[in-house]
Amino acid sequence: MDVVFLSRLQFAVATIFHFFFVPLTLGLSVLTAIFETMYVKTGDEDYKRAAKFWGKLFLINFALGIVTGITLEFQFGTNWAQYSKYVGDVFGSLLAIEATVAFFLESTFIGVWIFTWDKISKKLHAICIWLVAIASNISALWILLANGWMQHPVGYVIRNGRAELASFWDVVTNSFGWMIFIHTLSGAYILAGIFVLGISAYHLLKKNEVTFFKKCFKVAAVWLIIFSLFEGINGHFHAQEVMKYQPTKGAALEAVWETGDHVPLYLFVIPDSKNEKNSVEIGKIPSLTSILAGHSPSTVVKGLKDFPRDERPPVGITMWSFRLMAGLGILFILLGIIAVLKKENIENYPGLLKIFLYAIPLPYIANELGWIVAEVGRQPWIVYGLMKTKDAVSHLVTSQVIISLLAFIIIYSLLGAVDFYLLVKYAKKGPESLK
Amino acid sequence: MLNIIWFVLWGVLWAVYFMLDGFDLGAGTLMPFLAKNDKEKRVIYNAMGPLWDGNEVWLITAGGATFAAFPTTYAVMFNGLYSALLLLLFALIVRGVSFEFRGKVESEGWKKIWDFCLFIGSFLPALLLGVAFANIFRGLPIDENGIFHGGFFTLLNPYGLLGGILFVLMFLVHGAIWIAIKSEGDLRNRALSVANKIWYLELIFAVIFLVVSAFATDLWENYGKYPLLWIIPLLAVAGLILIKIFLLKEKDWKAWFSSSLFIVMATFWGVAGLFPRMIPSTINPEYSLTIYNSSSSPLTLKVMFIVALIFVPIVIGYQIWVYNLFKGKITDKELSYEEAY
Repeated sequence: MDVVFLSRLQFAVATIFHFFFVPLTLGLSVLTAIFETMYVKTGDEDYKRAAKFWGKLFLINFALGIVTGITLEFQFGTNWAQYSKYVGDVFGSLLAIEATVAFFLESTFIGVWIFTWDKISKKLHAICIWLVAIASNISALWILLANGWMQHPVGYVIRNGRAELASFWDVVTNSFGWMIFIHTLSGAYILAGIFVLGISAYHLLKKNEVTFFKKCFKVAAVWLIIFSLFEGINGHFHAQEVMKYQPTKGAALEAVWETGDHVPLYLFVIPDSKNEKNSVEIGKIPSLTSILAGHSPSTVVKGLKDFPRDERPPVGITMWSFRLMAGLGILFILLGIIAVLKKENIENYPGLLKIFLYAIPLPYIANELGWIVAEVGRQPWIVYGLMKTKDAVSHLVTSQVIISLLAFIIIYSLLGAVDFYLLVKYAKKGPESLK
Repeated sequence: MLNIIWFVLWGVLWAVYFMLDGFDLGAGTLMPFLAKNDKEKRVIYNAMGPLWDGNEVWLITAGGATFAAFPTTYAVMFNGLYSALLLLLFALIVRGVSFEFRGKVESEGWKKIWDFCLFIGSFLPALLLGVAFANIFRGLPIDENGIFHGGFFTLLNPYGLLGGILFVLMFLVHGAIWIAIKSEGDLRNRALSVANKIWYLELIFAVIFLVVSAFATDLWENYGKYPLLWIIPLLAVAGLILIKIFLLKEKDWKAWFSSSLFIVMATFWGVAGLFPRMIPSTINPEYSLTIYNSSSSPLTLKVMFIVALIFVPIVIGYQIWVYNLFKGKITDKELSYEEAY
């Protein structure tokens, strides 16, 4: 095990763990803000209880999201110093803007929101949670523009032995970054929607606070159908952009080896990178990969063989993560349709309620798989076409990274277990009863 | 010119971070010793409750600004100080969650765990930040490629440790005054008495640090070159003395502002001494990282300057509003809210 491998592992642990908390933060902050706004507009105490109940779960989740986010900023310097030196001119500024524009707003007003239910006017209090929600979503925009730049670098010039900013405008209008932003955000909203549906379903199964949880279920049902459908559409266009700008990742998504048109899609594939072919191909749908890539069977799809071996990503992981993610995405649309159709009397369908309860982990898996496609699929590049991951690492000895990696695993496992325990505890407890 | 502006901004970001999160770190370190029962502990938690998170962002922004404006300094510093910075990170992680987790389960053992996490997560960052900055003042063993020739224990030299102790003492006084501001009766009296006592240690170590700096570093050289800079250490001395005067008069807020003045000026004193270097090299002065050889391109510095010019005043504006909102004492009524920590 070398420093590159260990640092990659450490970064994977840190990001995957961080991303267990981020999507719920992004989505549930908006949903909590919606509940509180409904309370301000209608005066219905149930919506205040909803804002407090979902807000409490939001905060338990938020605590770990915040502290594990700092890790990522540190990692670029501690483990990827060559990367930081080479692209800091472009990449560092996006992180700094994220902190200045979004983190301050988010972290300052979350404190205000927690402690001022009885201190400031209802409206101002609702504005505070909206500021938190907007700020966390803006922070997602900046960090994803930064990631978008790693996926598809634009607006830079190689000068003084590094990548220097040539056009800030090009960097912030990078369509690839915006696509990742939209795709990640909808994925996060789907997760939050299923979270609310699932926990509401748990209480409806127990006949606990039926009126209250039906109100929550209805809001989340409409929310889920909107974002699951939208995710399908924007995901399709995002994949087309990947095919265009990241042909190696694009070919790996469907395990395409030979360049050509009328490329079929196989329902089941086992790729064999060594022999540059698929050892198993079952369930051929003619021309579908070409159609998906360019809306026409004659679209040419580049195959992996067109690229040197040392510029190809791990095909199996990329392809299977992509398939599972896309499959789950279709399932979420079905869940959204069922939720909307049955939302008026969902309490009479215990079987469906159980499905929603047990569906809670699925969007977590889908979100993580999406990142695996994005990051593993970009390999061996850290910045696509510009810098390789192996050239990006810090000057460290393996023992340093082994110790820190173990520390991360131990501390994160303990904190993750505590957070999970508290989330379950307070989700089961339900809202405070009406006074 | 932009390089100099960013160097000043860099110093300001760190100084504001030390001023704001400094009282959290100090109060968290004092909590186990100062609070006699669970209620007093909760007063201390809630004294920081709505503010600590917004304070910590100044650190993230200081880090982010280093990355954006001086990427080479960022890379060399974080790579070289790998173990120290990750230790700082772990400490900040356990501190952050202890606020949210502590009150969520009714059990003595549970609370003890998070009380310990708050303590260690406050004390360690105070110490490590002091050690790190003293070492930067002194210079790091970096070669022409910015590679750090040393390990974690290289940092634990006498001057580095002296810096660590000074930071802990500064934050303890700062935190004790903050607890006094936010509490009443017995707890306030004890906090004031602790601040009064630790102040003497703060004074002694500040003097020792300044004197030793003349031998261990060349920070004072700039003060010979630019006599106008003397205003910084003079203001620092004034702040330090004013802390004592206002403490004796029991003017809590004025004492806190004096302590803030001292912390900010102490930071500026070191940063001004570094100029124009960001990390001096102890191997060869030629290898030092400066605001010129480690900076971003003029375009990036310009873009970032515009962003800072617009958003930093906005941030300061709403943070002042929030401090004003939470300037009152923690009362029994506030502790009874279900949202309180």
